[in-house]
Amino acid sequence: MFARSCSVLCCVMALSACGDGQNDFGRPQGKRAQPVQLVLLEDGRPAPEVLAEEQVVYRGNGEEPETLDPHLAQGVPATRILRDLFEGLTAESAAGDLVPGAALRWNISRDARTYTFYLRRDLVWSNGDPLRADDFVYGLQRAIDPETNSSAARTLLPILNAREVLAGELPVEELGISLLDEFTMQITLTGPTPYFLGLLASPVAFPVHKGNVEALGDQFSKPGNLISNGAFVLTEWTPRVSIVLEKNPRYRQAETTLIERVVYTPTEDRAAEVKQFRSGALDWTNEVPNNQFKWLQANYPDELVTSPWMGSYFLGFNLTQEPFIDNPSLRMALILSVDRQIITEKVTQFGEKPSFALVPPGIDGYVPFSPEYADWAQEERDHEARRLYEQAGYSEENPLRVEIRYNTSDNNKKIALAVASMWKQALGVNATLVNEEFRVFLQNREQKLVTQVFSAGWISDYNDPYSFLEMFRTGHGRNDYGYSNETFDALLDEVGTERVRARRERLMFEAERVLMSDHVIIPIFTYVTKRLVNPHLKGWQNNVMDHHPTQTMFKLKSSEMSSAEKNP
Amino acid sequence: MKQAGVFRHAAVRLLGLIPTLLVLITIAFFLIRIAPGGPFDAEKVLPPEIRANLDANYHLDEPLLQQYFRYLGQIVTGDFGPSFQYKDWTVNELIARGFPVSATIGGLAMALAFVLGTLIGTFAALKQNSVIDYSVMGVAMLGISIPNFVVAPLLILGTAVYAGWLPAGGWDWSWQRMVLPVVTLALPVVAYIARLTRGSMIEVLHSNYIRTARAKGLPERQVIRRHAFKPAILPVISYMGPATAALITGSVVIERIYSIPGLGSYFVQGALNRDYTLVLGVVIFYGIVIVVLNFIVDLLYAWLNPRIRYDEAQ
Repeated sequence: MFARSCSVLCCVMALSACGDGQNDFGRPQGKRAQPVQLVLLEDGRPAPEVLAEEQVVYRGNGEEPETLDPHLAQGVPATRILRDLFEGLTAESAAGDLVPGAALRWNISRDARTYTFYLRRDLVWSNGDPLRADDFVYGLQRAIDPETNSSAARTLLPILNAREVLAGELPVEELGISLLDEFTMQITLTGPTPYFLGLLASPVAFPVHKGNVEALGDQFSKPGNLISNGAFVLTEWTPRVSIVLEKNPRYRQAETTLIERVVYTPTEDRAAEVKQFRSGALDWTNEVPNNQFKWLQANYPDELVTSPWMGSYFLGFNLTQEPFIDNPSLRMALILSVDRQIITEKVTQFGEKPSFALVPPGIDGYVPFSPEYADWAQEERDHEARRLYEQAGYSEENPLRVEIRYNTSDNNKKIALAVASMWKQALGVNATLVNEEFRVFLQNREQKLVTQVFSAGWISDYNDPYSFLEMFRTGHGRNDYGYSNETFDALLDEVGTERVRARRERLMFEAERVLMSDHVIIPIFTYVTKRLVNPHLKGWQNNVMDHHPTQTMFKLKSSEMSSAEKNP
Repeated sequence: MKQAGVFRHAAVRLLGLIPTLLVLITIAFFLIRIAPGGPFDAEKVLPPEIRANLDANYHLDEPLLQQYFRYLGQIVTGDFGPSFQYKDWTVNELIARGFPVSATIGGLAMALAFVLGTLIGTFAALKQNSVIDYSVMGVAMLGISIPNFVVAPLLILGTAVYAGWLPAGGWDWSWQRMVLPVVTLALPVVAYIARLTRGSMIEVLHSNYIRTARAKGLPERQVIRRHAFKPAILPVISYMGPATAALITGSVVIERIYSIPGLGSYFVQGALNRDYTLVLGVVIFYGIVIVVLNFIVDLLYAWLNPRIRYDEAQ
């Protein structure tokens, strides 16, 4: 793992060497000093003499987190902080791989429905109280308990009886979670759920300190009150200013945790965030503005990091209204005549991958379906599109008039504009753009009365293609397409009960094929994460989930040589 | 006599606050409910069991009128309720943390704008129709015309990113972090006050009593300071009431660009998130601030202008 980051570092050093001669205007002097060469000890840890004296990380974090109650948190900003504060039964490595967390090991029954977890014996809370299996049982029960009012609990529905408990039909004790002894617990599921172990590494499945919650009620997640079991503890929270975490000396891996303090700063405005990074106030940005890519690439090549993310961007058809109801050739014509290459290279520009299917690549080993036209040249696609367009009864004299609807955002607008002009050019379609405030847009999508073509996208909660396919099921709450296909539904049902991984993958692939052959969406691209990272900050790795625990990070000191060269 | 009149006036104004606020609350309450979508609508839809549970716990399943009266009963006790979005905080806590920040920045900006604006305006009025007058007023016009979302990033680039003199944003109550937001907020107000002052100062300087004062042989400096200044800033004072209210309750643009935890963003974020309690709480608070400031402006008026006497109003 570290060997890899070392080789990456060497390339970075080589790159920056060529960059030294270029105009340095606009960069704070000294901030550009290069990190020293990373030296690793035998146990894979960095040598102490290359580490910066002050192991403090400043991370830009997007919106203000809505809560630090692990069972209520849903947004990325909140869950990112909670992953630093707490540890679940399972955990994630820097590369995003599943590793044992509080549980040392586990058994899965033959029918893949019962999981038995064996906890480590030396675990303690940040206040010194022992951490036992009943804390985890209490945590899961609390998350699902209707009294807790958690929306995040929806991801725990695979647990036996969770649905009934949430609906208030069964008491919490009836959940499929049982305590076998002080260090052993068992969770029973309604069906095989391959992503369940990954789910346990997410905040909704974290334990909370029972005495603390019962004594303090909804104040328990405030600084000074919050007791946690992860690598860091909460020390300060000033809303919309910062959240400060400090290393938890009682954490089981405290010895190998190098970062002493993490400062999370909410950054609502992306342009402002980049300025804070450039002035040296941040080591890590949440994002970068879409329109600054070229400039950043030229001026901050060492800092700019982009990496595939498990989300895809597409446009949806409303299949319940004219003109798309029962009109697959028209839909196919519109799908074909979008030049994804131009959109990703000229419009979005951040290295997004053109996409021809629903599920992004790289999710838990799944290889997405690829339609035949994926390999065609764009001229061939346009040619076929024109044929289908005419077959659907449209022509130059009688062009299609259609609305593309999207929620207000620069990127949505640019993409819709590009798509509209591609349709105009290839087919002569008259498309108009309609933008709406987010919740108005969501409601219109849901009602399926005024929508025709609308922007859509999906960033998965967990590392499983099922999360993408699920929303096209008949009657699913997010099925704003009005799509209904018995074969597709039946395939998803089978996915829900299939235990063998390879067979399950084949079923999902088949479902995706059915969906794509029904021309329900216009795939555009799959997402990437994009941010600026201080080159001195190491120990993290790109992964599709975009999870980056601070626990594994460390900061290198600047080499005296290069900083002296920079400041003559 | 005069004292009692002022107090009676104050009492009437404060009583008048109640129906004003009630209308405000009613309109705001129903307007935010008319807006499509609710606080729990998101791209990731909730299973019906969870949705029903949330609605019941927040009383969103009750008839709207019942919710309205429940809310009225609650705010009478001074409790704005919990925020739907920021689950760990009550609306009262958020306002209590946001308002001091906005009030500090807004108050400083207003003070700066008042001092600079009246100085520039007076100066320009004294040099009426000279090159100095035109250039000062030209710059002031620029100040009004350039929006602060252009000024702010430029200031950050210049002073924080390139020069490194000031932090690029964030908040810790230090003066370094206040400089840029205060200046940005003050700029258009300086310009506006300068124009108001200049106009009314020119008018005052042409009035008979100023001519009398000059004829008596008073030095020009005293004429301006003792006789012209007070009447000349009357229009500025009436402008300052609502302007101060707008400044101290926070500006979304300034708060976003400088990452300041003021009150303005809560209003906008609350509306976008359909955070009913937060939006209403901020609206009511904003209403109170405006009414109180207008009242202070009235009192200032009485002090500055002998022609206005509340005890003679009858």
